[in-house]
Amino acid sequence: MSLLEVKDLCKRFGGLQAVGNVSFTVAAGSIKALIGPNGAGKTTLFNLIFGALLPDSGQVWFDGQQTDGWQPHQVVAAGMARTFQHIRLFPKMSAWENIAVGRHVHSRAGFLASMLGLPWTRREQRAVREKALDIMRFLGVEDRADVEATSLAYGQQRIIELGRALACEPTLLLLDEPAAGLNMRETSEMAKLIARIRDTGVTVLLVEHDMTLVMNISDEVLVLSYGEKIADDKPLAIQKHPEVIKVYLGEDDA
Amino acid sequence: MARRRNLPIVVLALAVIAVQLASAAAGKPQYLTQLTMAGYYSLVIVGLTLLMGYTGQISLGHAGFFAIGGYTSGLLTTYNLHPRGGGGLVSLLQATGLLVAGQDLYGGDLLVVRPWAACLIAMLVAIGIAYLVGKPVLKLRGHYLAMATLGFGTIVYKVVLGSSLVGAADGISDIPAFPLFGGVVVTGKSALRVHNYYLAWGLVLGAMALLTNLVHSRVGRALRAIHGAEDAANAMGVDTARYKLNMFVLSAALAALGGVFLTHYNGGIGPSEASIMKSVRYVAIVAVGGMANLWGALIMGVLLNFLSLRGSFGSYDDAVFGLILLAIMLFAPDGLLRVELVRRVPGLRCVFGQERAP
Repeated sequence: MSLLEVKDLCKRFGGLQAVGNVSFTVAAGSIKALIGPNGAGKTTLFNLIFGALLPDSGQVWFDGQQTDGWQPHQVVAAGMARTFQHIRLFPKMSAWENIAVGRHVHSRAGFLASMLGLPWTRREQRAVREKALDIMRFLGVEDRADVEATSLAYGQQRIIELGRALACEPTLLLLDEPAAGLNMRETSEMAKLIARIRDTGVTVLLVEHDMTLVMNISDEVLVLSYGEKIADDKPLAIQKHPEVIKVYLGEDDA
Repeated sequence: MARRRNLPIVVLALAVIAVQLASAAAGKPQYLTQLTMAGYYSLVIVGLTLLMGYTGQISLGHAGFFAIGGYTSGLLTTYNLHPRGGGGLVSLLQATGLLVAGQDLYGGDLLVVRPWAACLIAMLVAIGIAYLVGKPVLKLRGHYLAMATLGFGTIVYKVVLGSSLVGAADGISDIPAFPLFGGVVVTGKSALRVHNYYLAWGLVLGAMALLTNLVHSRVGRALRAIHGAEDAANAMGVDTARYKLNMFVLSAALAALGGVFLTHYNGGIGPSEASIMKSVRYVAIVAVGGMANLWGALIMGVLLNFLSLRGSFGSYDDAVFGLILLAIMLFAPDGLLRVELVRRVPGLRCVFGQERAP
């Protein structure tokens, strides 16, 4: 059963066709990778799925609902979460507080209840902190809870951003280049982490340039070139696909 | 956690009492008048601190909301409806008890809106205008938001300055006292000076209690997230447009509340309350207090407004605030009462520096 279904999605920026007639599905419980040369429209496709951009035409179906045209915060409430290619942590907030913002859609204290400091809002606050610390333990970074997030080492910032997205309790997790800027050891740890997240029942769609990571953990790989889909198959088949080799992988990698 | 958070409120309450006792002991009760006024101005400042320092949205038009509150309440409680007594609307209002009859200085009949009703209407008007202005304007960022709010402030100033209904350049005077409940009356009568001092600071304490709760809540965290990275906050499920608008309206309501009370306390209001320099002054005080520092803004606000109202800056009043803004931006963009600085002073550590812990 597919959790996400993208139908004929199109997006133009002026004269540039960023995404053209892209259709694909992501099966529940799987990891799907989105690869392609720089400028192939991967991040644009992410933003279209997540509601950060409006498609010119086409549809996005998520968990039985048509979500194109929704705002990101509505998409999150429906069960999607994302990380960013360039880390977008909240400055001047500790690591656990960054993750706690991810609990927003799972808590409900509004302006009035918060100002009055009603007892249930304080209980909710404690539960949010506990959940954030649980997530940090799952990621193995619980000792960094009170450190200002943006002062952490780069690799740890990536982990905290991942934790922030996990705090949304997504059914579909969108990861935009989770291994960008990481060294080899960190990249292999990130790959293990993503596989562990999938094992908890979360479906993953990721954009990534690190082919080792992509081929090791993905169930399916979608290849984009100039905004168009050129292949969508199992990793082994993708590595032998003549057009993919020509536009992206190169002869030596085949 | 809750006790630590309440400690500054208790310290403030004790300071309010100590200052009153000291002024009585020193035989300088007149200081309480300026402290009462400074208290009402503080309502604008703490609201603006949440909007600017925490949410990251600048407003150069908050004097406009203060003036909308003050002028609406002032106009309604002085505009004589007696000549229109036969009209359907006026009779209807009279039947519901919203009007009060009286006599002017020359014994002529007066029929005006009751102060509590006027206060309520003034608040609703300010909230409504804040909503209508904020909805489109808060889509803008940075300089553009500053310019748009400046435009709003300019409109309010020019309207009250040019409108004969609200006394044009003279403003509104002879605004009646505002009986709240029991024997509590908002009035500038010197016999009730102490009583009004406690009323103003009771309001400030209440506002501080509500706002510190807000800062430490789910909402406060979402507001700081908006300040830090708006698109990321939206991607975490925060309805950023609604949160920014709610905070804008809340800060405008606090400004209007200050305007209503100060207007009835002074018995009048003039167009200078709506001037751009007033808005700049509020922004300067928020900056000097440390932007995202409610207590810093409150302390600097009381200090600077008190000195200004005492006339310490003479005719250079506005220039002093301009200079403060310039100096702060150049030499201490994090404000004077910076959390890191104040944390080093052991006695003050409990009062400040708790902004981040839950």
